[in-house]
Amino acid sequence: MRYAETGYNLEVDLTLGNIERVPTDPGLVELFLGGLGTNARLIWDEVPHDVEPFSPDNLLVFGAGLLAGTPAPGCNRTIVSCISPQTRLFAFSMMGGFFGPELKHAGYDKVVIRGRSPSLVYLWIHDDAVEIRDASHLKGLGTLETAELIRQELDDPKVQVSSIGLAGENRVFFASIEQGKSSASRMGVGGVMGGKNLKAIAVRGSKDINIARPAEFIELCKEALQYIKVREKNPIPGVMPILAGLGSPQEMVVHDEKWHTENFMWGNARHRRKGFWTSDVQERWTGTMESMRTRLLSCHNCPMKCGAAISVDKRFCSYMMKCFSKLTYTMGAMSDLEFGLRIAQKATEHGVDAFSAPQTMAFAVELYEAGILTPGDMPGFPLDNEGRFYWLLDHIVRREGIGDVLADGTYWAAKRIGKGAEEYAHNNIKKTEQLPLKLGMLNPIYFLMYCTGEKSNITQIEGNFPQAPFETREEREAFVKDWVHVPDERFKQWFLEWETRGEKSIPFYPPAEATCEIVHWQEKMHYIDDSTGMCAGLSSFPLKPPFHMHNLPALIGAGAGLDLDEGTLDTIAARVRNLVRAINVRRGLRRADEKPPEDHWKRRFPELEQKLLDEYYKFKGWTSDGIPTRETLHALSLDDVAEDLVERGILVEGATGPDADTSREGTEP
Amino acid sequence: MNAVRRKIIKTIKIDTDKCNGCQACEVICSALHSTPKYSSNNPERARIRVVRDPLADIYVPVYGGEYTSAECAGRDVYVIGGKEYDECAFCRASCPSRGLFKEPDSALSLKCDMCEVDPTITEPLCVQWCLTGALKYEEREEEVEEDEAAKPAELDLGLESLIDRFGVQETLAAVARLSRRG
Repeated sequence: MRYAETGYNLEVDLTLGNIERVPTDPGLVELFLGGLGTNARLIWDEVPHDVEPFSPDNLLVFGAGLLAGTPAPGCNRTIVSCISPQTRLFAFSMMGGFFGPELKHAGYDKVVIRGRSPSLVYLWIHDDAVEIRDASHLKGLGTLETAELIRQELDDPKVQVSSIGLAGENRVFFASIEQGKSSASRMGVGGVMGGKNLKAIAVRGSKDINIARPAEFIELCKEALQYIKVREKNPIPGVMPILAGLGSPQEMVVHDEKWHTENFMWGNARHRRKGFWTSDVQERWTGTMESMRTRLLSCHNCPMKCGAAISVDKRFCSYMMKCFSKLTYTMGAMSDLEFGLRIAQKATEHGVDAFSAPQTMAFAVELYEAGILTPGDMPGFPLDNEGRFYWLLDHIVRREGIGDVLADGTYWAAKRIGKGAEEYAHNNIKKTEQLPLKLGMLNPIYFLMYCTGEKSNITQIEGNFPQAPFETREEREAFVKDWVHVPDERFKQWFLEWETRGEKSIPFYPPAEATCEIVHWQEKMHYIDDSTGMCAGLSSFPLKPPFHMHNLPALIGAGAGLDLDEGTLDTIAARVRNLVRAINVRRGLRRADEKPPEDHWKRRFPELEQKLLDEYYKFKGWTSDGIPTRETLHALSLDDVAEDLVERGILVEGATGPDADTSREGTEP
Repeated sequence: MNAVRRKIIKTIKIDTDKCNGCQACEVICSALHSTPKYSSNNPERARIRVVRDPLADIYVPVYGGEYTSAECAGRDVYVIGGKEYDECAFCRASCPSRGLFKEPDSALSLKCDMCEVDPTITEPLCVQWCLTGALKYEEREEEVEEDEAAKPAELDLGLESLIDRFGVQETLAAVARLSRRG
């Protein structure tokens, strides 16, 4: 018997219309757990290294995390993987909600989609019965509309649906896949789904999920719930409210938006509005949230309430929202919260990423005002910002006129527009729009995370180490007192000594060695979560979470029947990390690509930055060009990967220096 | 005449406004009732189900109650606070009109036992796992008239639902067949 996982993948070839239930190698779980880990293995093994993102040969993998659907609180994530049209690298966009657990109950760990259907279809998975069904009647419909119609058509309200809207159908590079309360938004996975002519996947399951060592497992789950109760009553002092508790930032509950509105950038990640948050604004925005938010919501088997049902036009629930998407449209359009919540409803139905979409629209507005885009390019472009955003959203998701260019995101759009537009696509890393954040002094920890992250989202590799030093020694001492989560005592020391100013402050503190360790620890926790399907909100994202390196080996071990300790889990996390890196290296990722937006910090330190990167690559066991060495891959039982990199001339035996010939410039898709 | 005795009534107070639809109650209920305990979970075997209609903002946890072989002649619709609830959303019965509270393998009815299956559990697990406070456990004492004879045993209930589903002959034949196997 297989534990936690089902032991089967559902492989669907949409070109041939072929559906197969394929048993998976039981050894894979020991090497990669599941979710992201086994997704990466599939993409490495089965996707041609030079595949075009919209080619039928690109796979689209929906991988439920190893523990998704078990009683482990917050384990519900599905990791969607393919080669991204936007970054042209490996995508692992993730969603919570209910899809992953339902898929496991239907008897599958993953749905692997290959090929391209000749016409628009949806996939209906009901335990062992799986059908490819016509979706021509759903063409052009919104993501939530589609899900609702499918549920009616299948006459079962418990069916879980992942669907795309117009944006996905039209292969927008930042199209999302929406799923009830959650969405896989980043890196254009919705566009790849649209490229396969797949409108939706509907799933309903009635099978058991088995646990290997039940008594031990359930005890750990109970402990976590107890801890959550206590932790929720004791928010961490000294950090802003949205980061003081558990879960994803509690944007649906916390009304005080002084920090976001005055420290994050408005418009095209340009304008800082000091003094914006007046009592008048606070009152108005609180009123908006309280009148439009109908209920706080959770994902499957999770006590946190990070999401909310938002009602527009007097409906009880028009769509579901969480986290910073609350403000991205508002701030992009320099508008107010009510506008943000209203346009987000349309954007969710069309299925676009709430980071990239508003930034692309703000970018277009800026180009228009600068005269780079002209009235000729934008016939009928309204005068007011709100009207412009609705106009742009509509044109982008339909790929109409200039929308066809903008639908590729700011990086590619700027290239196509020319005339100096590149200067305006200023907030990207690896061709993806980032949080609209512009700061003063370089922070070494964040520098490395921004540079080397491959998830294109800082929130998905940061978390367990405080973002900034605490003002006083007393506060720091109080903080480290019950900080059991750290890998070892050195981390406490680094934090204790971290000052807000003076010698032991950013950019030269923490020192390079400590910075590498802190970055590595934070990222590692995310890679473990992404493989188990544990939500970062209970593990790798917040300070002092219920799940951490010291109890996860027991939880994963008892659930899946593995013999794990911190060392073996560490090795698995490193294996997954290096395989992800290898996929991207094989697609051309090099040191030259690993840099934050030029203007992210005002004060930059080129020498220090290069030293940090050098040290970090060394720490990771990578060459100075960011390529995992043969020794590193060998120690992780990834010799076949090393062989491949050597054969392609990417990994040069004995060489540690950057190899100029293998570096890559962005090419047109 | 029947004797009068004091009885503890166990109640779960359901606050549908607080339910966040996470289904943790279904997960832990089905885990407890698996054999061995907690060895598997499956909401389809849970004795509590959350009737969810997210777009209508409806989240109603409902517990498995008595088995009935007949469905209601008519179904009513309740409008509460502007939301339309099908009467079945509040009904505990394991009945022919819906798939809820039927063991997926045998179609036997599933009924909430307040976790009495494990005497060490003082408060039903669904309540313990519901950190949002949508489920609250309460006990009160009541005086009841004892009528032992009227209370069908568990085995009778199970057989009754099998007979309803497969007919007397088939059920008898199956019992005979299985007893021959020893």
